[in-house]
Amino acid sequence: MKYDTVKFRRQPKIIGSYSIVGPKEGKGNFKDYFDYIMKNDLFGEKTFEKAERKMIETAITGAIQKSKLGMKDINLLVAGDLLNQIISSSYAARAFDFPYLGVYGACSTMAESIAVASILVDAGYFENVVCCTASHFSTAERQYRFPLELGNQRPPVSQWTVTGAGSCVISQKGKGPRITMATFGKVIDWGIVDVNNMGAAMAPACAQTMLSHFENTKTTPDDYDLIVTGDLGKLGSEILIDLMEDNGIKLGLNYNDCGQMYFRRDQNTLCGASGCGCCATVFNSYLMKKLQDGQYKRILFMPTGALLSTTATQQGESIPGVCHAIVVEAYEE
Amino acid sequence: MEMFIDYLWVFIIGGLVCMIGELLIITTNITSARILVTFVLVGVFLEAVGLFDYISDFAGAGINVPIVGFGASLAKGAIGAVRSQGILGIFTGGLTATAAGISAAIIFAFIFALIFHSHTKK
Amino acid sequence: MDIKERNRAYNKYVNAKIPKTRPWPTLFNSFWVGGLICLLGQGINDLLLYLFPNISEQSAWAYTLIILIFLAALLTGIGVYDKLGKFAGGGTIVPITGFSNSITSPSVEFKSEGIVYGICVKMFTIAGPVIVFGVLSSALVGLIYYIVYLFI
Repeated sequence: MKYDTVKFRRQPKIIGSYSIVGPKEGKGNFKDYFDYIMKNDLFGEKTFEKAERKMIETAITGAIQKSKLGMKDINLLVAGDLLNQIISSSYAARAFDFPYLGVYGACSTMAESIAVASILVDAGYFENVVCCTASHFSTAERQYRFPLELGNQRPPVSQWTVTGAGSCVISQKGKGPRITMATFGKVIDWGIVDVNNMGAAMAPACAQTMLSHFENTKTTPDDYDLIVTGDLGKLGSEILIDLMEDNGIKLGLNYNDCGQMYFRRDQNTLCGASGCGCCATVFNSYLMKKLQDGQYKRILFMPTGALLSTTATQQGESIPGVCHAIVVEAYEE
Repeated sequence: MEMFIDYLWVFIIGGLVCMIGELLIITTNITSARILVTFVLVGVFLEAVGLFDYISDFAGAGINVPIVGFGASLAKGAIGAVRSQGILGIFTGGLTATAAGISAAIIFAFIFALIFHSHTKK
Repeated sequence: MDIKERNRAYNKYVNAKIPKTRPWPTLFNSFWVGGLICLLGQGINDLLLYLFPNISEQSAWAYTLIILIFLAALLTGIGVYDKLGKFAGGGTIVPITGFSNSITSPSVEFKSEGIVYGICVKMFTIAGPVIVFGVLSSALVGLIYYIVYLFI
């Protein structure tokens, strides 16, 4: 086994998960699976940043409640988000009485935090670790793009940042889907400069991680009931399929992308959904449900992240991408 | 009837100018700030070479309402001020001629920013 | 393969893969919405001249622009202008109303960071270049005309 893939001996369990989304997301394809749908994007707060923070707090509290543990049983929080200095996660962590590790992997943060938490739990240092990530359309839009009121048009390759937060509790004991493997990805940059075209920027990183995952674990796409990427979107996932085919691996019907599945076609999101919250809310609602029901026995969850900042972009840099993979299997005695 | 034809010209020229802007957005993917800058510069150029007044004569608001007209006012102000005030006009002309527009934009932006909150897109 | 070569090939492949949208609907929308905004301007101008026969044509134009800027700022504040912009694109960006929108929208958006650092500092994030380039180019034109006037 190569070092970029970790195989967990004790197989940490996901014993509780919670998802909270905005109103638009609550009308999308996963509407029946989310734990909570907000009535408006401000969530009773004064600013969108404060709303994002409150979403994270709500998701963490919800996940801990669903895991049937008490606040005292939690040893650590691993969280991250899209805003500068990951303020949403860090400021939300003030509300909790356990240590906090901030992680940043842009939209791949869900897999990164789960992988880090699983390693800590698997090694026996921590018993119960809670992971969380979130994104908010309005905060991301003004940090990365334009003011909301500006009358501009979105180019056809653009994606819609999901307003949502997802959280899960990773534990040594208890019942729940098992995390069996994790593959960490390299940062890959194939020279895409168009900040709207995140799918194309991230697809090579995803292909790279997927290839090394299959190679390291001696598995093929057929070994998984579902291979699901984070927010490559419509264009990005088509590119991924092409890139994998160039490497002799055919992704079939068991491949899909959270960003592509997220919204209905008439919701006007062009290439689909994006943001930390995109795959985080799908993972902690729909995918968890399917794993608990036994409909999926083994899934490969691969969120991708575009590690760009407006400063770097304005200095003419292209967009680096990263992708981390985790394998989650249904619970077995 | 004459008035109808005047208004038709306003509509057609105004529409065409805007459509050129949209064409630029579609083909080159440039941001709205660059669009505005480009059209202001076009206006300055048209006025500087003396073409603007010819277009303005029959297009009226069709060329004056687009930001091209703003550029033309800047240049017209500078040219006029240079004639009456000499070198000082280089510095005062442009903004003097466009003071109403810029001040209005700042004043209304400030007032409405105090009144309204930003809205999430749907 | 050389990295530059790989990146160029990848960009070329991606560009070929980008979904093609039909340009005609948005071009058409930008045409008629832009045309209507100009028509509105002409209408306001003519009405002002009709109602107040004493004001000069120049003042009438100034009032017209101020009214258009006011309307655009108001529509931006109540969250309508961005919807219009999504529909009409260039039709709402190119007119002076687009300039007004580009100043009001960051002001409203960054209000949460306070009056000084939010509204006032961010007010020109989009329209700043317009004013800078406008002033620069008009000064250049003024300079050229100054030199020309020296010789005639």
